[in-house]
Amino acid sequence: MAGTAEEARFESPSAVNDSLRAVGYFADEGTASVVFLADRLAKPVLVEGPAGTGKTQLAKSVAEMTGARLVRLQCYEGLDESKALYEWNYKKQLLRIQAEQVTSGGETWGELEADIFSEPFLLARPLLEAIRASDPVVLLIDEVDRVEVETEALLLEVLSDYQVSVPEMGTVKAQQIPLVFLTSNNTRELSEALKRRCLFLHLDYPSPGREREIVLAKVPGIEAALAEQVVRTVQLVRSLELKKPPSVSETLDWARTLVLLGVARLDADVAKETLNVLLKHSSDIERAAKDLVTTER
Amino acid sequence: MSATRAGTEGGALGPGLLDVFSDFVGELRASGVPVSTTEVLDATEALRQLPLSDRQALKSGLAAALVKEEGHWRAYEALFDLYFSLRPSPGAPAGAPAVEGESVVTLTPGELAERAYKALLEGNVEALAGLARAAVARFGGLEPGRHLSVSYYTLRTLRQLQLDDLAERLAASAHEATGLEGALLANDYRRRLAQLRADVEAEVRRVMVSERGAGAVARALRRPLPEDTDFMHLSREEVAALQRTVQPLARKLAVHLARQRRRRHEGRLDFRATMRRSLSSGGVPVEPRFRSRRRAKPELWVLADISGSVAAFARFTLQLVYALSSQFSRTRSWAFIDGVDEVTGLMREADDVAHAVRSINTAADVVWEEGHSDYGHAFSDFVGRFGKELSPRTSVLVLGDARNNYHAVEAWALAEVARRARHVWWLNPEPRAYWDTGDSVLAEYGAHCSGVYECRNLRQLRRFVEHLT
Repeated sequence: MAGTAEEARFESPSAVNDSLRAVGYFADEGTASVVFLADRLAKPVLVEGPAGTGKTQLAKSVAEMTGARLVRLQCYEGLDESKALYEWNYKKQLLRIQAEQVTSGGETWGELEADIFSEPFLLARPLLEAIRASDPVVLLIDEVDRVEVETEALLLEVLSDYQVSVPEMGTVKAQQIPLVFLTSNNTRELSEALKRRCLFLHLDYPSPGREREIVLAKVPGIEAALAEQVVRTVQLVRSLELKKPPSVSETLDWARTLVLLGVARLDADVAKETLNVLLKHSSDIERAAKDLVTTER
Repeated sequence: MSATRAGTEGGALGPGLLDVFSDFVGELRASGVPVSTTEVLDATEALRQLPLSDRQALKSGLAAALVKEEGHWRAYEALFDLYFSLRPSPGAPAGAPAVEGESVVTLTPGELAERAYKALLEGNVEALAGLARAAVARFGGLEPGRHLSVSYYTLRTLRQLQLDDLAERLAASAHEATGLEGALLANDYRRRLAQLRADVEAEVRRVMVSERGAGAVARALRRPLPEDTDFMHLSREEVAALQRTVQPLARKLAVHLARQRRRRHEGRLDFRATMRRSLSSGGVPVEPRFRSRRRAKPELWVLADISGSVAAFARFTLQLVYALSSQFSRTRSWAFIDGVDEVTGLMREADDVAHAVRSINTAADVVWEEGHSDYGHAFSDFVGRFGKELSPRTSVLVLGDARNNYHAVEAWALAEVARRARHVWWLNPEPRAYWDTGDSVLAEYGAHCSGVYECRNLRQLRRFVEHLT
């Protein structure tokens, strides 16, 4: 198991921040220092927060900035061992046995059994794949709150010891400790055991300054003044009690729409006409349209 | 525990820092945040690895190891600031704080307020922070040995700064701009005012910490976590904090319950189906078949006392119930004080329960005579008007403290409800020890209920809802 300082991936939290920026991910201070710690403490990161705040993107960007391969396990209800960890390729095993009968070589059953439960017959699923990888990988376990509590236990061995036990073969240990990100939309309480093993990061909507940077970087051809107005309006809209506050990706969609429409300056009428890009519920749109012009509340 | 990439560059921790850290963790636990030993070890390692000079990185790094729930962040942040950020650092300049190079001692309150107004207009963050420090030094009147009441000194400073006046002037200036810009400015000013308030409060805390130590201030400020906060005594901020907790909680519960319902469909052995299936395996019943059990969804009626003392409780419970309405075949609700009125329509029309509860107070006809709770009259009225619609599939939930203001109890009415309905549950936001004291007549009503539950905070409410479905 790895464990020396030479392998530390990052110099300092601010170095993490700079590299993330270089690959187009505008992290806040907190995010950078948690990623830094994830590497130093060799711990997985559990990222939680509202939809569209860049949880999955964080894992992708970290993979990009460290030049690692991203191994992704998308969670869903009913996910099981054979889809998350590994599976025996039983068709191939059958073929192997039949071939044995045809050629009737001198193998005993014991030899044959050892043969068909070996590497070539193993189908590695994402978790095992990430553990076995010899090249650098970032493991992303996406929407972990979708699996049942019982299935969560599957993850624990991987997350705490970076190993997978395959009964027929023994334990597979990681050759290098991958960076692991779990994302959760918080649709259910995750188990204490899982939380204890992870560093916890809550990603919220970005601050005005950061969101402006994101808009300027991701929307080509936008004027700084318009970006400023867009961000301030989005901040105002988020402060209302809405069913679904606009996420960063919706801010970007809105900004792109405004640029396409050739809007140079945002006013109440334009904002109202294009609110449907920003908000997805009709009641939210009505609510916001009302509050965008009144100054008294 | 996993091996860590033991950093050679991470230095050894001084005993002083470790002491502060363990006090900090102790106080975090005392305020109710669950912190396990593993997590403390992780945090200690984090403390070794992170650059101590970068407070912001330290704050989020320690939080990542110690705080695993978003609702606990506020408690953590307040404590972190007390123990780490607000400590007097040895290099800090002594003497009276200065604003823009001038000593503030010479400024009159009016001048200081004027500068605050200017900084608020411009959104000059540094100037605001400086002003907050100056104002506390000037007006806070923090005396050594006095009671550690942060809110008192904060309010006192803000009053001297004429904050209400500032807010009004800002609102008027925002009003001059037209259309969208006006709304945006108003929002900016609101945020900056909140920032000024927070700055002043932080400064008050800082002064107290330097005088009395972080531990004493932390103990004086200790507040229960949102889910443990008593419904009966909520401050306005606590209502807002709770509001933010209820929504995700309701969503989590709904997902959980829907999953349970889907999974629990297997019932008793279906003999005929098993035999029929066994034909394909030569009469050997290889695969048993089960009859799927259809569980009818219950109909839920909620009767909520919305008089002053228990209004907050009614509001959160209604909110939770409506977020879970997919778990019931039908949800109806009534509000009462001394009269009773159906509010199902109001709840349905409003897109948000918080708004609904507000409109109930204005639109529903819940006051009969005097506007003090009269459970007896409300119940008998209810039975007279809606009793016939109760069926064995209906579950009734009564929310209230059963404080009847010495009116007639009329327990027969609730008995009648219980006779017609499947269950009657009663949730009481008062501590169990207060039940049946004074004008509380819970025992007389409780005799007709399937269950009476103490429901003082979100944790208990959640437990009840899980039990209910």
